[in-house]
Amino acid sequence: MPDLTANCAGIESPNPFWLASAPPTNSGEQIMRAFDHGWGGAVWKTLGTPIQNVSSRFGAIHHQGSRGVGFNNIELITDRPLDVNFREIEEVKKHYPEHAVIVSLMVETKEEWKEIIARSIDAGADGLELNFGCPHGMCERGMGSAVGQEPAVNERITSWVKEYSTVPVLVKLTPNVADIVPHGLAAQKGGADGVSLINTIKSIIGVDIDRMVIEPRVGGLSTNGGYCGAAVRPIALHMVAGLARDPAFQLPISGIGGVTNWRDAVEFILLGSSSVQVCTEVMLRGYRIVEDMIEGLESYLREKKVDSVAALVGAAVPTFSEWGDLDLNHETVAKIDPETCIGCYKCMVACHDGAHQCIFPARDDSRVPIVDEAECVGCNLCEIVCPVEGCITMVEVDNGFTPASWNDHVGDGKTLRPKKGAH
Amino acid sequence: MKELPRQRTETLFTDRKGAYTRQQALVEAHRCLFCEDAPCTRACPTHIDIAGFIRKIATGNLRGSAGTIFESNILGRSCARTCPVEVLCVGDCVYNELGVPPIQIGKLQRHATDAAIEAEWSYFEAGAPTGRSVGLVGGGPASLACAHELRRLGHAATIYERHERLGGLNTHGVAPYKLKADIAVEEVDWVLSIGEIDVRTGVEVGKDLGWEELESAHDAVFLGVGLGADHRLSTPGEDLEGIVGAVDWIERMKTGQVDVSEVRSAAVIGGGNTAIDGVRELLGLGIERVTLIYRGDDSGRSGYDHEWDRAKREGASALWRAVPVEYEGTGRVERIRCARLDGDKRPTGEEITVDADFVLLAVGQAKLGDAIAAALSGVESEGGRLVVDESGALGRPGWFAGGDASNGAKEVVNAVAEGKRAARAIHEHLGGA
Repeated sequence: MPDLTANCAGIESPNPFWLASAPPTNSGEQIMRAFDHGWGGAVWKTLGTPIQNVSSRFGAIHHQGSRGVGFNNIELITDRPLDVNFREIEEVKKHYPEHAVIVSLMVETKEEWKEIIARSIDAGADGLELNFGCPHGMCERGMGSAVGQEPAVNERITSWVKEYSTVPVLVKLTPNVADIVPHGLAAQKGGADGVSLINTIKSIIGVDIDRMVIEPRVGGLSTNGGYCGAAVRPIALHMVAGLARDPAFQLPISGIGGVTNWRDAVEFILLGSSSVQVCTEVMLRGYRIVEDMIEGLESYLREKKVDSVAALVGAAVPTFSEWGDLDLNHETVAKIDPETCIGCYKCMVACHDGAHQCIFPARDDSRVPIVDEAECVGCNLCEIVCPVEGCITMVEVDNGFTPASWNDHVGDGKTLRPKKGAH
Repeated sequence: MKELPRQRTETLFTDRKGAYTRQQALVEAHRCLFCEDAPCTRACPTHIDIAGFIRKIATGNLRGSAGTIFESNILGRSCARTCPVEVLCVGDCVYNELGVPPIQIGKLQRHATDAAIEAEWSYFEAGAPTGRSVGLVGGGPASLACAHELRRLGHAATIYERHERLGGLNTHGVAPYKLKADIAVEEVDWVLSIGEIDVRTGVEVGKDLGWEELESAHDAVFLGVGLGADHRLSTPGEDLEGIVGAVDWIERMKTGQVDVSEVRSAAVIGGGNTAIDGVRELLGLGIERVTLIYRGDDSGRSGYDHEWDRAKREGASALWRAVPVEYEGTGRVERIRCARLDGDKRPTGEEITVDADFVLLAVGQAKLGDAIAAALSGVESEGGRLVVDESGALGRPGWFAGGDASNGAKEVVNAVAEGKRAARAIHEHLGGA
């Protein structure tokens, strides 16, 4: 059986699936139930000076019948007394010594950091996560993303924390920056043991067009919130991979952002995450999703003949290249399987209106569209819109040209194949 | 039009395909693939932009959705209920190819069109008056669609209808679990709301008003007369009490009351859709034993499979390869003596007797084309149907036809398509572009 245990920055857990610091990790009772369902770790809802929240707090995007494909919140850090939180952390660790409990923290002064770190470690925290990412509310008070957006401040506070902490420290990064790399490097310089990313993206989830008020509504007003859920996954994957491939960046990564199932989690692992954190999907469907995540990951490892999660970490990172190094002579064309085609002509309209006008109606009554392969640029759009799995495939064409990237062409004068669809 | 009585036997029936809630409609609408050159639209005789109207339901643009439907089919509301979608749009949904349940287009169309008519949204205005006038004979779907289109084009329209109410079979003949007369009448009013469609009910052209008189009163004529009375087969005993024509009986059930409380077992003679409707209606009214008697095989009946499958689920039985040779009983029919037929519908010499104290004759209706052709030179008929060209024109200049009278008895949606097509041809005939 493949080894599912995870070790992210020295924090060990029975599997790589951690609950992210958020409403699902608000209390000890919740986290214990989550562990019973199979979660390997939990990052406690951020502790700091308890705040008061607004109602309502959440908004969501529902797209063509799918509810909550994007999600945002304007909730702040814990609103529960610190004493209660620490007592519960202790209780959780007493009952679940093998599971990882990471305590998320957000305070202001060095003294406050010192005190809250000591209490967290006393309570049994296996690790700390510094919330430098929250993009709403707390940043107005000089914390959260206000810290994460300034590499110098990030590095300074990280170094304070490292001064006091005897357990591993993860710095949680905000995606609300132009380039994630300097922020990961700042955490590294500050002495962090690892980073976790992404936190939520600054967002307005929508506008109630009947009331003409931004959502989620707090009376007649709203504010920017933090965007998360399945829709943000591509942004998160890019930032995770961006750090993972940077030669100067050496820290372990806990990947976060739109993970809904084991497949999404595998993507984060393949791009360099040694643990994966989940929040929104649990908010939408409950802790029970982890059962399938564990089974799915295990089957995947068996199928790929990989004996541990650790051996999978970062396996796809080397495929993250610069555009200039992509092979311009690599050629694919769309092939439509007439046996499985249902004749919806979605590929045809997509190609005509959104691509390169090379798919045409059937000449007979079969309604199987015809691809003009001489014009097909291999863009994938038809395959994307096709409702039939496997009906349209992008087939590699042997055009006789040896590989040549733009950089090869400009630098070494390598020959590029003639352009297609550029008339 | 005369108001419908509130007490009608048809109100005992519930809708076979009920209304969607907003949420159900959204779920179904979101499933639609939004095909290009969609097969469902091709299958629709009125070529409604189905993917287009469904997408508008999905986005909450219900008003626009219904507008898309009405633009192609002004009787979209009744067609949503009466169309045999299983063999038209839904039957051609590409999801069938994928083994996925096809989109319930009829129910979505009902959702949009019900909303529009209930909210009294208006979409159409009469065109600038052309000074030309068209007489339309028959007030069913073909004439209504034709008259509405003519009004949009600015022509005056007068509908002559022998019944007290317009709507044709929608009002008088469609099975009540599909469409009830009050909805049909409401739709008629909505169609007439384009304004200045002159309605003359209780007028039978050819009897109350001469054909030449009609011709001289108008610049063009549209014949949407449908079919005539139920056929009878002159079988011995056919005049016993309890033996009625199906279309006649259905009309009484829909616009008034029929009493079948004493009926214990019923038979319906015929194998078409009217026969199957009759079977399902009798079962629906609580008659336990209802037998379809048809001279051909199950595979030879012209009634739709999906309808007969439902009838069987509701408890119908059938006697195939049999034809009544005598209705027996004293005063009232008690049993039917039938001859068994072979595969070529020839008597085998065997007989079988079926108990029945109520019999619906659904063996076709009179076709009116021959009589009209005889009365009007230039107008031709073939097998009782009026012969029209591809624009709906009859052989007599200025005369057009559509619906059951010329297509031999198809669906409401065909009548609508043909009525609208004829309106365009009439417009051209009257010198319009």
